[in-house]
Amino acid sequence: MTQDCLAELSGVSKRFGKIVALDGLDLQVRREELFALLGPNGAGKTTAISLLLGLQRPDAGAASLFGQSPLFVETRRQVGVMMQEAALAPELRVREQIDLVSSYYPNPMTPVAAMEMTHTEALADRPYGKLSGGQKRQVQFAIALCGRPKLLFLDEPTVGLDVQAREMMWTTLRRLVNEGSSIVLTTHYLEEAEVLADRVAVLAKGRTIASGSVNEMRALVVRKHISCSTSLTIEQVRTWPDVESATRDHQGLHITAANAESVVRELLAADENLQDLEVRRAGLAEAFTELTQETAS
Amino acid sequence: MNATSFALSRELPRTLAMPIGRLFRAYLTEAKYESIRALRAPAFAIPFLLLPIVIYVLIGVFLIGSMSNGNTKVAVTMFVNFATFGVMGPGMFGFGMFVATEREQGLLTLKRALPMPPTAYLLAKMLMTMLFATIVMLTLIAAALTVGHLRITAGQFLLLALIEILGSLTFCSIGFFIGTRASGKSAPAFVNLAYLPMMHLGGLFYPLPKSAQPIEFLSPAFYLSKLGLHILQSPSLDEISFGATGPSSHVGVVVCVAVLAGVTLLFGWLALRRFQRLA
Repeated sequence: MTQDCLAELSGVSKRFGKIVALDGLDLQVRREELFALLGPNGAGKTTAISLLLGLQRPDAGAASLFGQSPLFVETRRQVGVMMQEAALAPELRVREQIDLVSSYYPNPMTPVAAMEMTHTEALADRPYGKLSGGQKRQVQFAIALCGRPKLLFLDEPTVGLDVQAREMMWTTLRRLVNEGSSIVLTTHYLEEAEVLADRVAVLAKGRTIASGSVNEMRALVVRKHISCSTSLTIEQVRTWPDVESATRDHQGLHITAANAESVVRELLAADENLQDLEVRRAGLAEAFTELTQETAS
Repeated sequence: MNATSFALSRELPRTLAMPIGRLFRAYLTEAKYESIRALRAPAFAIPFLLLPIVIYVLIGVFLIGSMSNGNTKVAVTMFVNFATFGVMGPGMFGFGMFVATEREQGLLTLKRALPMPPTAYLLAKMLMTMLFATIVMLTLIAAALTVGHLRITAGQFLLLALIEILGSLTFCSIGFFIGTRASGKSAPAFVNLAYLPMMHLGGLFYPLPKSAQPIEFLSPAFYLSKLGLHILQSPSLDEISFGATGPSSHVGVVVCVAVLAGVTLLFGWLALRRFQRLA
């Protein structure tokens, strides 16, 4: 494990009865990166995070945090956690919840500072049980970062947030990474991973089926999308060799093609008045769908 | 580095030591907030803080006081028995319900993932129970001195309070055992299944028929009450009703302490084993 690797699973397998949750999984979280862990339900994301946090032990392979066992509380003092399903004590006020979790760390920020950072100052004196779902997520985020951890584990952090709160959280996450933290993010919102992640790993059936930067993941999908305003009909275009599909709506003609360059040349040659030409690579969502469908089949 | 800055040093230590002062503060903070949340939870605080004093005054002082024509021995015995009843609830329900709910709703998992000192969770709940037991004892002593007209020394009150507060840990242990096994929804039912028979068959409120007295030996509440009665040199309800001839009259201080310690250790050990397996 290098100095730049903060958390690692190497050759990890984990079974729950007859179900294989992880099957020889290798995974590394590096320094100062936002690492998104993606995968369909049951892919093994939560199990992988649980092993890294020392909540479970692997049947085979090894899990480490900062080169140590995650079972040691001294190791976890460098870690902040936001879980998807964790009901905090409803009777405690927001400021008290943060004060309690801060006390677990050697050099925490003050509750006020944590609330400022997560835009929850207005909730300071409200009992946790009386908050909305989105407000609870924001408070859980404050709890995750109040100890100034070097590594943050965030499980679906923006579920239930409105657009403004989600964008504020994204800004804070980028800021944390810029200031030297690393973040492990699991999310079902692929646009979130696309906007935030430095590196992505896609899990399926307990294994990594692809990993790399968002651009590298997009590049795994060869096809591109072409849009334009043209007098050409769908029927004309469909007969061209590289065209996979063609549709038309009020914005114009939309073509999906494996070899976009040759299709663009044919379009320009066939219609001198063609306008608003746009060529787009596949998004992360498309790459994700393709990768996971391939694995499923 | 401003107040909300996150800027980190370049070097990455493998572990992070906690100064002893901060570690102590972590334990204290956990206990403080555990107590605050229990005091703020009406379904927990109201029955376990108000019920003992209300029942003691209504039944222990007025009803049984008039039935016994102001017999001072009966008054002292009822005081000890109601004190035992008062300290049973917070431990059994505090551990039984809170552990089961927090286990089910993910709070325990979150705390284990966070760097909470490993024993802070259980110590906080024990201290919360002892705080409730202290409040119960203070209110009962206040009632005993005012409306109960009890004539026992300050030293005896203090010793009894100490025994009852420490004795509440036995019920923590039983509650903890239930909390590690029952679901959040079923925990209150299971706790009641243990609590009510323990209370009624422990001979706290009425003497059991002579033939049924051996049943008392199964209730930890009986031993705690008997221990308190030994301290105050007062007879149990059985002895008042049937004379010092029943089987319960031969139970001495050492037996009481040994049984209470044994029950605490047995259920605590079983619960801890399960708790660590859940962890």
